Amino acid sequence: MSGDPIYTEMIIEYSRNPSNFGKIENPQIHRHDSNPLCGDSIDLYVNTDGTKITEVKFDGKGCAICMACTSVLTEMIQNKNLDEVKNFQKDELLAELGLEHLIKTSPVRIKCALLSLKALKYGIYSYFVEKMNDVEAAGNLKEEAASLY
Amino acid sequence: MQSTQYSLDSIRNDFPVLERKVRDNKALVYLDNAATTQKPIQVIDAITDYYKNHNSNIHRAVHALAEESTEAFEVTRSKVAKFLNVVNNDEIIFVRGTTEAINLVAYAWGRDNVQKGDIVVTTEYEHHSNIVPWQILTQETGAELRYIDIDKNGELMLEQLDEHLATGRVKLVAVSHVSNVLGTITDIKEIITKCKNAGSKILIDGAQAVPHMKVDISDLDCDFYAFSAHKMLGPTGVGVLWARKELLEKMRPFQGGGDMIREVHKFETTYNDLPYKFEAGTPNVADVICFSAAIDYLTKIGMDNVRNHEIELTKYALEKMSKVNGLVIYGPKNSEKQGGVISFNFEDVHPHDVATIVDKNGVAIRSGHHCAQVLMEKLDVAATNRASFYIYTTKQEIDVLINSLEEVAKVFKL
Repeated sequence: MSGDPIYTEMIIEYSRNPSNFGKIENPQIHRHDSNPLCGDSIDLYVNTDGTKITEVKFDGKGCAICMACTSVLTEMIQNKNLDEVKNFQKDELLAELGLEHLIKTSPVRIKCALLSLKALKYGIYSYFVEKMNDVEAAGNLKEEAASLY
Repeated sequence: MQSTQYSLDSIRNDFPVLERKVRDNKALVYLDNAATTQKPIQVIDAITDYYKNHNSNIHRAVHALAEESTEAFEVTRSKVAKFLNVVNNDEIIFVRGTTEAINLVAYAWGRDNVQKGDIVVTTEYEHHSNIVPWQILTQETGAELRYIDIDKNGELMLEQLDEHLATGRVKLVAVSHVSNVLGTITDIKEIITKCKNAGSKILIDGAQAVPHMKVDISDLDCDFYAFSAHKMLGPTGVGVLWARKELLEKMRPFQGGGDMIREVHKFETTYNDLPYKFEAGTPNVADVICFSAAIDYLTKIGMDNVRNHEIELTKYALEKMSKVNGLVIYGPKNSEKQGGVISFNFEDVHPHDVATIVDKNGVAIRSGHHCAQVLMEKLDVAATNRASFYIYTTKQEIDVLINSLEEVAKVFKL
């Protein structure tokens, strides 16, 4: 293979042994999302004490890129403040796995990489709007999620 | 490598896109022919010629261009009829594609002939286009939808069809001639006989059959047969529904509009004769006309030669693929029993990762659920990879695929 690498050791390793893989029963935030055209399908479970993320897990099926990115996302947001997580940008996630080039080179595979972030943003949005009745805190999360890819 | 009539080199020379380099200057290896085939220069030239010299609407105006276009449009209809050994040209209805053909039957025939308590039978290896219209119809009418399951070789368990037919309530059996995922060639003659004996109508989705083997509709004696032009060298946006005349005559129109009418008054309309009754509005004139060139091309090669070429390629590919570490092949794994389609997976590697790695080497395969999610559920996979061949595919191209698959095995340490 040539060009920018996708299948690095790190991605293969994460895809084989995803982090935080599993389910949280009755989580405060639960979001299912899928990429209908490629078949990635994940469920993201998050618990929060109102200010911080206290627990995060995911399960589902997906390609190596999706599994690796979701794993890394769950690692990155663990114990972070909700405000910080709300502002989490896709570049941070992609950079962690050296996949920034996907934005330019693969409009198809970028969906695999950002599915979990989309689920997270929608999930937090619903949490604020539906559970906390706080539309203001939800801000632009819904629009951000929709415009990720 | 081929019989004397089959010159692979000269065929390949007719397809400009095969000279393309993709990704990092890699020769294109196009193995996604079940999705759509490439077009020969004869078809491409026909499109240009039509728009440069003949463009006109058909069936109405009397000027010269309109007459030329109408004539060319009807010539394609005769060619399609001849290609399928259909005696009556009026039984050839031009539609947008196989999907529209099946939906036409579901609406124009289904709504008057399928009622509460009736059964429509389809199979586990159908494309969504031969499942969803029947779900909509049966949900709307209160009829029941049943399936013929597949066995471990990806072949239909026909004894289940017997059970369904034995209820005496089956109004229609809808089945594909060749599976778009597994490549399985359905024993449609057997199914047609069973349906006839039980008084059920039979619709065949021939999207993956007509492009690849000789199909003789007079010999089959089914009720409805559908296929698409773009999977057989022709342009997109053209499909054909063939149906027996006595059925078409009794069917209500699918869409109302121009061309499908004889007389329109304020509150009533009389409909046009066949086939126009089912061709409302300006059809895809240019692409139907150019479809002629595709039929001519395939006729010249000969459909038996097309089939033999694909058998040889499939046999070659199956043998080599079976030796790649970690690779699992679905379907009959028998070149005589399947079309030039091979679906496969690597143990736990997602098909999109496989397709991305082989794509770097210029190899175009399809990964996904192939519009066959019912089958994916049966195979218990989210998706598969699919390599599909056509008249221009070479053994050297299959070697490039195999080398790329070995690379996948290496990257994923299988």
